[in-house]
Amino acid sequence: MSRNEYIPFLSRIQKVIRHTKIEYTFRMTYKGEVKPGQFFEVSIPKYGEAPISVSGIGEDYVDLTIRKVGVVTNEIFENQEGQSLYMRGPYGNGFDPADYRGKELIVVAGGTGVSPVKGIIDYFGNHPEEVKALHVIAGFKSPKDILFREDIARWENQMELIVTVDASDEPGYRTGLVTKYIPDLQVSDIKSAAGIVVGPPVMMKFAAAELLKKGMSEEQIWISQERKMCCGLGKCGHCRMGSTYICLDGPVFNYTAGKALID
Amino acid sequence: MGRLLNEKAADALMERLQEQYDVFAPRLFPGTGCYSDTDVVRYGQISSLSEIVWDKKSEYSFKETLLPISDTVFYFTEDEVKVPDAPRKRRLIFLRSCELCALKRLDGIYLKNGFADSYYERIREQADFVWMCCEESFASCFCASMGTNRPEQYEAFARFTDGKLYLEAEKGLLKELLEECGQDGFGEEASLNAVYPEENQEKIEIPESLPEDMASHELWKEYAGRCIGCGRCNFVCPTCTCFTMQDIFYKDNPKAGERRRVWASCQVDGYSDIAGGISFRKNQGERMRFKVLHKISDFKKRFGYTMCVGCGRCEDVCPEYISYLACIRKVNQAAKEARTNEQK
Ligand SMILES: Cc1cc2nc3c(=O)[nH]c(=O)nc-3n(C[C@H](O)[C@H](O)[C@H](O)COP(=O)(O)OP(=O)(O)OC[C@H]3O[C@@H](n4cnc5c(N)ncnc54)[C@H](O)[C@@H]3O)c2cc1C
Ligand code: SF4
Ligand code: FES
Repeated sequence: MSRNEYIPFLSRIQKVIRHTKIEYTFRMTYKGEVKPGQFFEVSIPKYGEAPISVSGIGEDYVDLTIRKVGVVTNEIFENQEGQSLYMRGPYGNGFDPADYRGKELIVVAGGTGVSPVKGIIDYFGNHPEEVKALHVIAGFKSPKDILFREDIARWENQMELIVTVDASDEPGYRTGLVTKYIPDLQVSDIKSAAGIVVGPPVMMKFAAAELLKKGMSEEQIWISQERKMCCGLGKCGHCRMGSTYICLDGPVFNYTAGKALID
Repeated sequence: MGRLLNEKAADALMERLQEQYDVFAPRLFPGTGCYSDTDVVRYGQISSLSEIVWDKKSEYSFKETLLPISDTVFYFTEDEVKVPDAPRKRRLIFLRSCELCALKRLDGIYLKNGFADSYYERIREQADFVWMCCEESFASCFCASMGTNRPEQYEAFARFTDGKLYLEAEKGLLKELLEECGQDGFGEEASLNAVYPEENQEKIEIPESLPEDMASHELWKEYAGRCIGCGRCNFVCPTCTCFTMQDIFYKDNPKAGERRRVWASCQVDGYSDIAGGISFRKNQGERMRFKVLHKISDFKKRFGYTMCVGCGRCEDVCPEYISYLACIRKVNQAAKEARTNEQK
């Protein structure tokens, strides 16, 4: 008899990090294999389940950065350190550091799209010798929407980092969409570099187009897709695009495959 | 060799069957049809073999004998989750050839696409199947075109001719019970062939390959205005397997409840909506394309065989008289045109 994959386990909240009013990171107790870009189904009985990306990985924990948008996520926000949430996973393929090792890596991420790649940024930030160079462009709507401020402070010293907001009333922020900053990136050899682009569908399309314009080929770019998911197990059908199941075959795709997916 | 059973002999067999099995077959549910006071033929448990409906195609497929419309994944209280027990008895399921073929599609999704689904697996392992031979094709069936008019394999088959039930089993419990009936003098020994419709009135051709831009073809637009997104075509389909998770709690004890999975439809609003107000396939034309291309092409790319089994139920059930067959013919035409254009 196969294992029942739908039964969640209880995981204790080690810490809650408040980024914005509606975006918190929950540091959840978890020991086991997990990759950046994979996701867990987080749930509270009575309310339901929500797929949430891993935004950080530690010895005995995973970070889940959650935006409060509806029934389940509202209820998750009612929980504090020391309390527990149900989880199952990790699911999906995730980002594989091996795809980027030894290369010059450009990461372009928007909003909550920073979560799935944050593990990769952290990894190469802490192991700078494993990449030729690391460029990160992170975009948010406005200064109050900026996530991971503590991490950003650390990243400043570890990589070439550009944080931008769409618009700002406050001084001291770079403004403009992430795509604006791609052409000026100083990349030593674009033909051997690698790119990761994660964010809303439109942002990914335009950011990838900028990287292509810069001389990258499609094989050099990776994206992460977000679709409706009710199981994470290749069963419920909601995440399917053509013959591809985002929950099983993705959410991370090389751009050659990812751009061919049709909703 | 099998046995030809009159009603009395069939009752004697059923008595023996029920010691081991819950028996399921297409049967009449009076007064529960789409319109008030109409009867519906669908799969349900039977207590007599004479309840089996032979002369009509069931409106819903056999899939609900393995995948209930609403299936409890677990019960929860404040500090515990509990998986419901598996059905205690084995199931004997009478079903048509196209549905035995559909079983392979359900197995594909539930056993082979990623993890095996433990709920499906445990009920599937407890199930035995009897192929109900179709003496002739029903209107809207196109099983011969899909190669599903006869099952790839079967362990037992049944026919209903001249008011008698013929049953033959190659192995297993049913074979033993039929032999027992013989020893006890019920029914007559006979040897009938398994029959199947060699052809149907409806014939279609599924294109071997589709043009790359099939998804953006004009032909889908028609459905944007016609389909009302009721989802009936999905619910009657023997190969549609989508579900949505739902948590509910009990009114008399709000601390306890259950997580369920409930049939879902890719034609119904909300199927693909995600946070941030993003919704994919907003119009019904795109949803029709999503469904139809899965049935004739996308599933095959993944599993190596076509999903659609040609039962024609979606054709029968649509309140807007949208014809799936007509749609496939248009797709086929578009594929042909694309090929000739290429050769030019
Ligand atoms: C692979 C993946 C990774 C994700 N990672 C994160 C993350 O790191 N942080 C984060 O905050 N969010 C993430 N999401 C989105 C998150 O799953 C949804 O915001 C969440 O499910 C909403 O649940 P809710 O009950 O609070 O909202 P609801 O009240 O159900 O609805 C609010 C909105 O969320 C949409 N939604 C509901 N269920 C799902 C679902 N199963 N999948 C996607 N959207 C849904 C609804 O259609 C609606 O638009 C991810 C989604 C996917 C598919
Ligand atoms: S095709 Fe017909 S049955 Fe299917 S969703 Fe549209 S209107 Fe309903
Ligand atoms: S999330 Fe259910 S099939 Fe992918």
